[in-house]
Amino acid sequence: MATQHSRSAARAMMAPAVFLLLVWMLVPLILTLWFSTLDYRPLRGTFDCCEGLGNYVRFVSSSAFWDSILTTLQLLGGVLLITVVGGIGLAILLDQPIWGQGIVRILVIAPFFVMPTVSALVWKNMFMNPVNGLFAHAFKAVGLEPVDWLSQFPLFSIILIVSWQWLPFATLILLTAIQSLDSEQFEAAEMDGAGPFARFGYITLPHLARSITVVVLIQTIFLLSIFAEIFVTTGGAFGTRTLTYLVYQRVIESQNVGLGSAGGIIAVILANIVAAILMRVVGKNLDA
Amino acid sequence: MARAVTTQRKIVFTALAWGIGLMIFFPILWTILTSFKTEATAIADPPVFFNFDWTLENYQVVQERSDYMRYLWNSVALALGSTFLGILIAVPAAWSMAFVPTRRTKNVLLWMLSTKMLPAVGVLYPIRLILIQLGLLDSKIALIFILMLINLPIIIWMLYTYFREIPGEILEAARMDGATLKDEILYVLTPMAIPGIASTVLLNIILAWNEAFWTLTLTTVNAAPLTAFIASYSSPEGLFYAKLSAASTMAIAPILIMGWFSQKQLVRGLTFGAVK
Amino acid sequence: MTDTLRALMGATALTAVALAAQAETITIATVNNGDMIRMQGLTSHFTDMHPDITVEWVTLEENVLRQNVTTDIATGGGQYDVITIGTYEVPIWGANGWLVPLDDLGADYNIDDLLPAVRGGLTVDGHLYASPFYGESSMVMYRTDLMEAAGLEMPEAPTWEFIREAAAAMTDRDNEVYGICLRGKAGWGENMAFLSAMANSFGARWFDMDWRPQFDTEAWSNTLTFYLDLMTNYGPPGASNNGFNENLALFQTGKCGMWIDATVAASFVTNPTDSQVAENVGFALAPDNGLGRRGNWLWAWSLGIPASSDAQEAAKTFIAWATSSAYTELVAAEEGWANVPPGTRTSLYQNEEYLAAAPFAEMTLRSMESADPTSPSVDPVPYTGVQFVAIPEFAGLATEVGQLFSAALAGQMSAEDALSQAQELATEEMEAAGY
Repeated sequence: MATQHSRSAARAMMAPAVFLLLVWMLVPLILTLWFSTLDYRPLRGTFDCCEGLGNYVRFVSSSAFWDSILTTLQLLGGVLLITVVGGIGLAILLDQPIWGQGIVRILVIAPFFVMPTVSALVWKNMFMNPVNGLFAHAFKAVGLEPVDWLSQFPLFSIILIVSWQWLPFATLILLTAIQSLDSEQFEAAEMDGAGPFARFGYITLPHLARSITVVVLIQTIFLLSIFAEIFVTTGGAFGTRTLTYLVYQRVIESQNVGLGSAGGIIAVILANIVAAILMRVVGKNLDA
Repeated sequence: MARAVTTQRKIVFTALAWGIGLMIFFPILWTILTSFKTEATAIADPPVFFNFDWTLENYQVVQERSDYMRYLWNSVALALGSTFLGILIAVPAAWSMAFVPTRRTKNVLLWMLSTKMLPAVGVLYPIRLILIQLGLLDSKIALIFILMLINLPIIIWMLYTYFREIPGEILEAARMDGATLKDEILYVLTPMAIPGIASTVLLNIILAWNEAFWTLTLTTVNAAPLTAFIASYSSPEGLFYAKLSAASTMAIAPILIMGWFSQKQLVRGLTFGAVK
Repeated sequence: MTDTLRALMGATALTAVALAAQAETITIATVNNGDMIRMQGLTSHFTDMHPDITVEWVTLEENVLRQNVTTDIATGGGQYDVITIGTYEVPIWGANGWLVPLDDLGADYNIDDLLPAVRGGLTVDGHLYASPFYGESSMVMYRTDLMEAAGLEMPEAPTWEFIREAAAAMTDRDNEVYGICLRGKAGWGENMAFLSAMANSFGARWFDMDWRPQFDTEAWSNTLTFYLDLMTNYGPPGASNNGFNENLALFQTGKCGMWIDATVAASFVTNPTDSQVAENVGFALAPDNGLGRRGNWLWAWSLGIPASSDAQEAAKTFIAWATSSAYTELVAAEEGWANVPPGTRTSLYQNEEYLAAAPFAEMTLRSMESADPTSPSVDPVPYTGVQFVAIPEFAGLATEVGQLFSAALAGQMSAEDALSQAQELATEEMEAAGY
C-alpha cells in the first residue's frame, strides 16, 4: 500500500527523466514542425514563410516515398525474421550441454560490440567486394562467377549485415528465457512421449513468447533508424533507400531542410503508428 | 548405453555450436588478421589465414595519421559520461514506476520509448542551431547529454522491468521494521538491484560507444570519438584493406574486450522483463 | 587605483593577449586523399615556421566531409577555419558570402601563376574565394603491354569507337583482365562526374538555355547506351559500386586494360611501391566523338576559409603556405617530384625536374587546358561547370540521377527507363527550385 508520502516522492523521482525527455522531444520537434512549413534551403539562402502543407504534399507525392516505406518494411521484416528464428535456434543450441560453452557464447555475442560503421565497412569491402572480397574468392575457388552482392542483391546484403549485428542481442535475451524454463515440465513431457518438435511447439515456444515480443519491440525501435549501414554500403542506391535515408537525402544531400523536416515529421508519425500497433498486438505480453 | 548417447549428443552439439560460433565470429577474426598483413597480402587470392609475415606497419601508419589516444579518450568519456548521467536519472524514475505505479505509468513508459523513434537526421538542423546558440558545438558536454537522452528510454525500461521483479513483500517487511525511504533504497533495494543496474550500465556503454550519427555530425576535434576516427579510413586511395582493418580493430577492441569480460553481468540483467 | 595595480592589470592583459596569440588554433577539414594526407604529414614544417599557430586536422572520407562541412557552413557553426572544397562549391558558397575572399595571400603567393582554367573556376566577381591545392582533369590510362599484345596502338587523342575496340581486344575474363574500368558508384561526384563529362563529348548537356532538363534527348540516350554497352561487355564485375578508389585498386592490381579517370591517378598507377603495373602505363586524352568536345572534366580541390571562422588570419597564413610553390618544392624535397600536388600552377609544368619525374605531366596539362567550364558541351548551356552544374540543387539531383544510372548498370532497369525517370525527377526538382 503506497502512502501519500511515497507517491509524492515517486513523482519527484520521476520528474527529471520526464522533464528531460519532454524537452528533448518537444524542442527539436517544434522547431522541425516550424521548419517543415518553410521554404528553408540554406544553400539558396532561403528561409521563407509559408509553404503551409506544401512540403508535406511534395514529400508524400514523390514516388520515392512509397518505395522507401516498402523498403523500410522489407528491411525490418527481413532482419526480424532472421534474428528471431536464428536467435531461437542459437539459444536452444547454447542451452545444450556442450564443451566450451562460455567461449562459444563469447564468439556469438561479439558482433553486438562492433560499431555499425565498422561492420558495414568490413562486410562491404572484405567480404562482399566482387573482385577482392572473400566471398568472391570462395566463389571462384569452386568455379562460380563471383556475385556482386551490393548491386545484385543490395537489400538482402544489407539485411544480412544488420542481422549479423543484431543476432547476438536476440540470442542473449532468448537464451536467458530458455534457461529459466522449468526442466521438470520438460521431462514430464518427455515421459509422456512428446517428441522434440512437440516439446518445442508446446512448451518452449509459448514460454519464449514474451522474450520474442521484447526482441521484436526493441529491435524495431533501433532498426527503423538504421543509417550507417546504408550510408556506407549502397548510399541508398538500388532500392535500399529507407524512409530514414530518404529524409537524410532531402536534408543533407539536397540541402532542402523544409522538405526534409516534413519528411522527418512523417517518419515520426509512422514510427509511432508502428509502435502503437506493436504495443497493441504484443502489449498484453508485457503486462506483468 | 544412455551415457554413450549423451556423450555422442554432446559431441554433435559441441561441433555444431562451435561451427556456428566461429562462423559468426569470423568477420571480426578476419579483420584482426588482415590488420597484421601487408596491403598486397590482404587481397591475396587464394586468401591466406595465418601463414603470412605478420607486420605492425598498418598500426604505425594509422597512429601516425591520427592521434588514436585522443579519439579513444573521447569515446571513453562520452560512453561513461552519458551512462553515468543516464543511470543517475533513470534509477529514481524506474524505481518509482516499479514500486509506486499509477494508472499512467504504462503510458509514460510507452511515451518515453516513442521519443526514441525521432529520426535523428530530421532534427539535425534544429539540434545544430541550438548548440550553436549555446556555443556547445564539438563539446563533450553536449554530446554526453544527447547520447544520454537517446538511450534514456531504453535504460529506464530495462531498469523498470528489472525492479519489478524484486518482490514487493520485502519492502513491506522492511517498512514494518520501521525502515525509512532512505533505508529502504540504500539497504534493501540497492543490493538487490545491483545486477540489473550493472547490466544496464554495460548495455548503455555499448550503445553510446557505437552511436555513429550524432558523434559524427556534431564533432570536429575536441569531442570526436572513435566513430569519427574510423570515418577517415573508409575508402582512401589505393589498397586500403589492411589499414582499414587496423583502424577497425583499434576502434572495436576496447569495447569488445570490455564486453567479453563482463558478458556474465550483461546477460544476467538483459531480460527486459521477459523472464518470469 | 594605484599605479602598481594598473601596471599589474596592464601586464595581465598583455599576457592574456600574448597567450591568445600563442594559442591560436586552426582546424582544418580535409579529404582523406593521398595528397592531403601528405600535407597533414608535413604540418610540422608549417608549425616550425609559425610557432604561434597550432594546427588541428579533421581528415574524413569525402562523403562524410562534405556532409559535415556543408552543414557547418549552412548553419554558420564556425567549426572549421580551413575547409577543403571543390570547384562546385566555391562559386555557390562564394556568392552566398560564406567564404572569405583570398585577395591578399602575400607577395610570394603569385596569383598569376595559377592555371587560368582553375583560377577562373574559383573566382566570383573578381575575387578568389579558395586557393587550389591540386587540380585535375580526366584522361585515359592504359596498359601498354596489353595494348601491344592486342596488336593495337593508342592514339594521343582516341575516339570512343577506338576505346570500345581496344576494350574488346584486351578483355580476358578468365584471367580477370577487364578491358575498361569506369566509375559506376552512384553519386554526383562519382558516376555522374564521369557520365556528365562523357555526355559533353556526345553532344548532350544537363539543361538547355531555358533550364529544361535534357535527359529525353537522343544525345543522352547515345551516351548512356554506349556506356552501358561498354561496361556490360568489357567492364569488371560489380562496376556499379566502383568509384575512383575501387577502380584505382583494380588498375593497380592489373585487372583493368584501360581506365578513364582523374589525372591525379597517374602518379598512383606509376608508383612502383603501390602499383603492380607501374612499368606498363600509358596516357592519352579523354575520348571524343568528333563533335569538338572531349569527355574530360575539370576539378580542383581547394582550400577556403568559412566566413564564420574566428582565426581567419592564421587560416590565410596556412593556405598561403600549403598552396604555394614553396610547398611544392618541400614535397619534392621530401617525397620526390612525382608526388607533388599537380594541376594548379603553370610554373610546375615548366619545371624540368617535374617533367622528368612525371611522365604524365604533359597529358595532364593538355587535358586541363582543353576543359572549358563556361562552354562544356557542343551546344550552349546556361550554367558553368564541366562535370557538374554550379547550382545548389545539383548535388542532390545528380546523386539521385546517378542512382538511376547505377541501377541501369547493375541491370536493374533499362537505359530508357533510367533516362525517362531521370527526366521526370529533374523536371520536378527544377520546377520546385523555381527555374
